[in-house]
Formats: sequence, C-alpha cells, structure tokens
Amino acid sequence: MIIAEKKPIEEIIQEVKDFDRILILGCNECVTVCEAGGKKEVEVLASVLRMYFMAQGQEKTIGERTLERQCDHEYLEEIRNIIDDYDAVVSLACGVGVQFAAEKYLTTPLLPGVNTICLGANEDRGLWTERCQACGSCVLARTGGICPVSRCAKRVLNGPCGGSTNGKCEISKDTDCAWQLIIDRLKALDKMDDYEKVAPVKDWSTDRAGGPRTVTREDVKI
Amino acid sequence: MRLKIPTNFRIIRLPCTGKIDIIHILRAFEKGADGLYVVGCMEGDCHFNEGNFRARKRVEQAARVLDLIGVGGERVKMYNLSSGEGPLFAQYSIEMVNKIKELGPSPIRLARQRMSKKADAA
Ligand code: SF4
Ligand code: SF4
Repeated sequence: MIIAEKKPIEEIIQEVKDFDRILILGCNECVTVCEAGGKKEVEVLASVLRMYFMAQGQEKTIGERTLERQCDHEYLEEIRNIIDDYDAVVSLACGVGVQFAAEKYLTTPLLPGVNTICLGANEDRGLWTERCQACGSCVLARTGGICPVSRCAKRVLNGPCGGSTNGKCEISKDTDCAWQLIIDRLKALDKMDDYEKVAPVKDWSTDRAGGPRTVTREDVKI
Repeated sequence: MRLKIPTNFRIIRLPCTGKIDIIHILRAFEKGADGLYVVGCMEGDCHFNEGNFRARKRVEQAARVLDLIGVGGERVKMYNLSSGEGPLFAQYSIEMVNKIKELGPSPIRLARQRMSKKADAA
C-alpha cells in the first residue's frame, strides 16, 4: 500500500491560517491503514485546529469528511455539493488523492495534510517499510522475491556492491543489504543458479526516467 | 471507606483504559475541560495485557498536541493504581484538582466564554 505520514501540526496551521472555512478530507484506504489520514486522523486534526484557532480568538469553521477513496471520481463526487461551503481543503490522502481532488475542484485550494513516503508494508505495529518503487518492469522472479530496485540504495541488479558488510548496507548499519537478502532467499529456494545468470540491461524507460506513466486497457474501457 | 474527594471532576468509566483514544481526550478539552486524567490498573496488571500501556501512549500523544496548540500538556496525566487503593485514588484526584487550580482555566474554556458573551451581545 501507499505509506504516508502526518505532516507536523505547525506546518498545517501555517497552510490554513488565512482561510476561514476549512474541510479536512480523509481517505478510507492506505492512509487509514498506516494511521496517517483516515477518519480518526481527520477527527484529531479537526479538533486540534478548532482548539488552536479558538485559543487565538479566531472563529473558524472546520468540517470533517472521509471518503472511501480520493483517487476515484465517484467518491470525490460525493463532496461536490459541499465543496463551495469551504475556502480550502486539507486532504489527508496520499499525493494522488490530493491531486485528483485538485483536478476536480479547480477553484478550491487543496492542501496536503500528509507526506507521502513510499509503497510499503505494515512490517510491525508502528513500523512501515518500503518494498517497491513501481519501476514498471518487475524483476522479482529473478531476485528471490526481494526487490533490488527499492531496497538497494544503488539499485544494482547483479549482486552486492563492495559496501555490503555482515548483511548490512553501507548506507547504514540498520539497513539490510538487499543483495544479502536476495542471496539468502535464493539459497533457501535452492536457486543459486539464478544468481549466476547475468541480468539483462533493465528497461528504465518504464520507470520515472520515461516521464509520467499511464496504463491504458482497451479491454476494460467502455 | 468514606473518602473525601473533590467534587469538581466527572468520572467517565471505561471497560479498560486501553479503550481511550486521543480523540476522547481532545474532545474533552474542546468542550472546555480544564484538565483530564486517566486512571488505569498497575502496569503489568492489565487484564488485556497492554490496555494501560496503550492508554499511557495516548495520554502522551494528547499532551504533546495540547502543548503545541498552547493549551498545555500538563493538563493531562496518567495514573496507575490497583482497584484496592481507594485512598490513593482520592489522593490522585486531589493532586490533579490542585494542579489544575494552579494552572487556571483552560484557554479553550476562556475562549468559549468570550465567544458566547459576544454571541449574547450581538
Ligand atoms: S522490481 Fe520494480 S516493480 Fe518489482 S518490486 Fe521492485 S520496484 Fe516494484
Ligand atoms: S550494500 Fe547492498 S543494499 Fe547497500 S548499496 Fe550495496 S548492494 Fe545495495
């Protein structure tokens, strides 16, 4: 899923301070699971902003709403009838949701309430870690199911660099060397022969290098 | 036990302090509470193992936020005691009430009063 983290309250206060009617807009998907932008976080942020401005002697209207998703037309349409009641929206969705809402509601400022971090997993309670960078041509079949693109700092594709030490990456002793993980897994799978095969040159045009990416499916279009 | 406890606080019962969430604490302040304290079982004695540890974390989260927005994090506190410690419960309530008196009314309550006066005058 998409991993995000809450922006500092001070930053959000700065973003919204000049608006009188503010809608806090949550999303029920990824940001709910990573506890950054679901209904609960909407309630907390709205309460905090109300109190902050009240203590400053300012009366503001702070509305709360959480949509099923902010990356789909049909759910974003649900706020069409209330959008003009607000001077600005703080969206707690990932960057996709914020932008999609902004594209739809051209005259309302859409402000991000979270920082979108990565595509990752819920590794432990309170710990979310990156697993994929959406490179557009997945190599996991050759790498024991462990991604060298997202988990190796250098994105090397044919075994570890010289900085791999005791299973850790040279960037930090807390970061596993992706290639150590790959080798360990290939051994467990009894597929070390795969490791000997030189990987073909990766097509990076499907990654960010090729500019913004799209998926078109004529078979599902109506 | 006929223990004297202050009369100016309200007890909200929870099945376990683990039920408390930061939003419950914030709502109390938003509605004008001057202070709030959570009384959980002794650490290590929670029937649900971690309820009171979760509560402590949430009280800490609330305190941080209240500090940030100028309400004052010292207005929330977590206490732990066992169900047999009535006198300690009384002592904690007195301690908390005295602390809040020392801090004075919450800026939110004052703001609410100003706002309703303004509304009355209008
Ligand atoms: S190889 Fe590419 S698509 Fe596959 S997990 Fe890694 S970044 Fe994601
Ligand atoms: S030590 Fe391992 S993970 Fe780190 S850059 Fe080198 S190969 Fe990649």
